[in-house]
Amino acid sequence: MTLLDGILLAFLIICAVSVSVTRNLLESIIIYMGFSIIMSIIWLTLEAPDLAITEAAVGAGVTGLLFLATLKKIHAIKAEGDKNKEDKPDEK
Amino acid sequence: MKSDGFFSRLNSFVEYGSMREEDLTLSPSEKHKTIDTDIPENRWLTTVQNSEKPVGARIATWVSHRGVEIFDRLYRVAAAFICFTLIGVLLSVVAFLPAFGDEDAPAVNEVVERYVSKSVEETGTTNAVAGMISAYRGFDTLGEAHVLFAAACSVIILLRVDDPERRHGKLVDPVMTGEDMDFEPNSDLVLRKAAKVLVPLSFIFGLYVILNGTTSPGGGFSGGALMGAGLILTSVAFGFGRTERFFGDEMYHLVKTACLTAYALMMAYFIYMGANGFPDGVWLGIPGSIISGGLILPINIAVGFEVACTMYCFYALFRKGGL
Repeated sequence: MTLLDGILLAFLIICAVSVSVTRNLLESIIIYMGFSIIMSIIWLTLEAPDLAITEAAVGAGVTGLLFLATLKKIHAIKAEGDKNKEDKPDEK
Repeated sequence: MKSDGFFSRLNSFVEYGSMREEDLTLSPSEKHKTIDTDIPENRWLTTVQNSEKPVGARIATWVSHRGVEIFDRLYRVAAAFICFTLIGVLLSVVAFLPAFGDEDAPAVNEVVERYVSKSVEETGTTNAVAGMISAYRGFDTLGEAHVLFAAACSVIILLRVDDPERRHGKLVDPVMTGEDMDFEPNSDLVLRKAAKVLVPLSFIFGLYVILNGTTSPGGGFSGGALMGAGLILTSVAFGFGRTERFFGDEMYHLVKTACLTAYALMMAYFIYMGANGFPDGVWLGIPGSIISGGLILPINIAVGFEVACTMYCFYALFRKGGL
């Protein structure tokens, strides 16, 4: 195991733990996207570049976007230009 | 209060102790009585409700006060115990796994040998993974494409807005409706300038990955995901009007069904001719050039466009309830 692998795996564990520890949903989604990016680099070091492309596009891109769209739909994050004062963002 | 379930009762006990709203309006003696007689609705309590300090009621109060706490603590301890046990078991299993790239690993058997040694000759691809996914195990990949199709269908069933006026954002009073889909994406300058560079790149890279799926890593799914991400980026940065111009409902149905039908027909022909290793009358091309691999290149193109459509369809349905 090279130094790079060790660093990447350590970041992976940190990301995996902090996703579930974080209280803020927006933060945990962003950490999850970071997890996918690190995972795609690990796929690259494991000589699976096609999986790396898919992981970067699906895991970091599309899944995170869908999570964000869902959060916006349930008003868990404040939308830009959202003038509806009754829908306070959920702080949890 | 009588009609409430046990859990809401328990919750009110946890939050307010034994004080409830009715208790405040009663005189102290009556209050005492109601607390004693009214706490749990269990039948066994009625036998002791007249005594001054009913044991059953005290036990019940204790359970509802302390029992929840104790259960909470036990729950946390048990959850941590199970987590750490699972981590230990999995780590000890990992210690017994063969090393990465080990020749003696049980996964390296005659199937892998056949794929590695014969795939260039039998499928015409220099990318053995593409040959395996689209030719040797093409039937699996066909199933996966149909899983994607079913997923897109169920998302459409769940999230599609039936009213076409609402769907296209023509009902312009977002403050009145409060619905997220009525807000046009309010993109900023940085996003638009970055998207101007990134969108063509992601489309070209996606097409490159699809077309070179037979000679280099990648293929239909990866390239399609890249193109879908490009479509989503376009709609985020420039608004849905830009993508609706060329990608509406009809276009989606046309591309999706055409790609899936073409894929299924090609796969049916491939299996009908005997599948792996049998001559199926399709020119395999020169291994290493772009037009090679026989049916794999058209299969990759079909899968790629289908995946791109599905990705964008998911996003559009989540965002505005229609394509």
